[in-house]
Amino acid sequence: MQPFTTLEGPAAPLMLSNVDTDVIIRIDRLTGGGERGSLGHWAFEALRYFPDGSPDPNFVFNREPFRDAPILLAGPNFGCGSSREAAVTALMGLGVRCVIADGFGDIFVSNCFQNGVLPIRLPEPVVADLARRAESGRPMRVDLDAQTVAIGNHAVSFDIDRQRKAALLAGLDDIGLSLAAMDDIRAWQARDRLARPWVWTPVARPETMGEPA
Amino acid sequence: MATLFEKIWNAHVIQDLGDGWALLHIDRHLLHDLSGPPSLAAVAHRGLRLANADLVFATPDHAISSAPGRTGLTYPTGGRLWTALKATSEKLDVRLFDVDEDGQGIVHVMGPELGLVQPGVTLICGDSHTCTNGALGAVAFGVGNTESTHALATATLRMQRPKQMRLRLEGKLAKGVTSKDVILHAIAALGAASGVEHAVEYTGSAIDEMEIEARLTLCNLSVELGARSGIIAPDEKTIDYLRGRRFSPSGAEFEVAADHWRTLKSDPDAVYDRDFTLDVSQVAPTVTWGTSPEHALPIDGCVPDPARTGDAATREGEEKALAYMGLKPGQPIAGAKVDRVFIGSCTNSRLSDLRAAADLAKGRKVADGVIAWVVPGSVAVKRAAEAEGLDKIFRAAGFDWREPGCSMCVAANGEVAPPGARVVSTSNRNFVGRQGPGARTHLASPAMAVAAAVTGEIFDVRKL
Repeated sequence: MQPFTTLEGPAAPLMLSNVDTDVIIRIDRLTGGGERGSLGHWAFEALRYFPDGSPDPNFVFNREPFRDAPILLAGPNFGCGSSREAAVTALMGLGVRCVIADGFGDIFVSNCFQNGVLPIRLPEPVVADLARRAESGRPMRVDLDAQTVAIGNHAVSFDIDRQRKAALLAGLDDIGLSLAAMDDIRAWQARDRLARPWVWTPVARPETMGEPA
Repeated sequence: MATLFEKIWNAHVIQDLGDGWALLHIDRHLLHDLSGPPSLAAVAHRGLRLANADLVFATPDHAISSAPGRTGLTYPTGGRLWTALKATSEKLDVRLFDVDEDGQGIVHVMGPELGLVQPGVTLICGDSHTCTNGALGAVAFGVGNTESTHALATATLRMQRPKQMRLRLEGKLAKGVTSKDVILHAIAALGAASGVEHAVEYTGSAIDEMEIEARLTLCNLSVELGARSGIIAPDEKTIDYLRGRRFSPSGAEFEVAADHWRTLKSDPDAVYDRDFTLDVSQVAPTVTWGTSPEHALPIDGCVPDPARTGDAATREGEEKALAYMGLKPGQPIAGAKVDRVFIGSCTNSRLSDLRAAADLAKGRKVADGVIAWVVPGSVAVKRAAEAEGLDKIFRAAGFDWREPGCSMCVAANGEVAPPGARVVSTSNRNFVGRQGPGARTHLASPAMAVAAAVTGEIFDVRKL
């Protein structure tokens, strides 16, 4: 995973409430064999293009200087809905590495951290104020280590879980960490097989009985 | 003093990582055709094996056709995913319940039905409606592909314990009102973000009275409250439901398990970060009018008039939703003309849903110009419904009787409503474009869906 330290650039304001993951990326863009890198074109499709496929010039990502904005300012409960991780990869395809909103869908947040994207939760009036300041296209600066968002001389600080922060700064791979705990995992499973055999025996297959735990 | 969720969580902690984080054991992992293949492929790509293939189960549902007589390839785009699910499952030794096999179905229908979901287990799937399975007393939640890959390779996840929320549902449901109406009412009352960062537990006299399939419907919409998981403490109804299922424990082991399951409940002095009580005796048949599940109202209500809405952000949201839905500010929701009706999805495609729908469809006819589908949730539901003759009732009334899958709920399978079409749907999401670009979705119960089908408009089932 790519580490996240600081980020600077235009912040695109999209201040609608409850922007769901279906709106971020439609599901049939995912069944059609689209590669991870190509999803950016289809991000926010229903908001970004007219029914005939032409771009809506008023949509923020169709306007300069927001076309490649690395920061998104969003309304409350952004990324609610489905578990599709492609909602995050589609945003990354647009060039977004940080989303600032008053609350996010829980699974969307997990998916962001798995992909090196920083979701920042700030109260709605603070986000709305940042959106007004960002509308001119003036660059915003996000500093994860300092936990600040700044635009011009205006700076606000944000909270983030300590472990999330450390993982993002280092670009850590969770799977590698957990594989290193495999002895503990197998020991837990061995104890659980004795404590709760009914969880294990009904799903055991004869041909896999020889496998560890 | 701990909640049921906290007790199950604590029992699954392999390593305490501090700050509320844990390396958590995952007891059950379900895969489907959309999110399964990339997660399995990622495991193989890293040169890894599954930590415990016995705990992993797969079935195609999202991208397969529900057309009568379908195969895995009937919808060609989904056929690629189906082929990939079969190939990766075989390669990594995952049990697959394939098209037409006993066990195939919408993943959150087949899991409980097969007895894969037990009280006290942790269960994940690459699908946000995994919260459905909490109705049986499991800690069940949706994950993205990277988390799924992690769990396939290690049988664990690194998770931070969510905050705790309780929703007490008290009172007796009125005639014509179902658990679907109750949960839509709750989402409208509390908001689509009320459960964010929380795990929700449902309690109260209405839950005690509710049958298991109705509880599955209720828990299915936990994520539309914003909560990643919803849970209901197991009781004798849960234990009766699990007895004799294919992957339930059997014989003496079942009774030992049942004794354990009876202990799984929140302590009386458990602390909840959020605590709500709703009187459900006043809930009417409920339907959504807009593009978020929180846009729900009683069938005798009127859609909002943004001009009378206080704050600017809400007003803009309501204006956009009404425009998308083709509704006039302040109009009664009843009477809106309907083009399509969809009875199905992981919310409302179980045998009790189909019985309720067939009961109303019997002797009636789908209105002229309305296309109405019934998509059973699984092969087992389909066979049981046919054994009771429900398919004949639906067909005689002019409904299409189809094959099990997600179908029009997710529209990842070519089964979409055209732009501008108004759909009454028993599914769980009325998002913009959810049932096809420009399609207008109204969420409702199976009974309300039949009322819409036979009258051709959004109609109060109590007046049918």
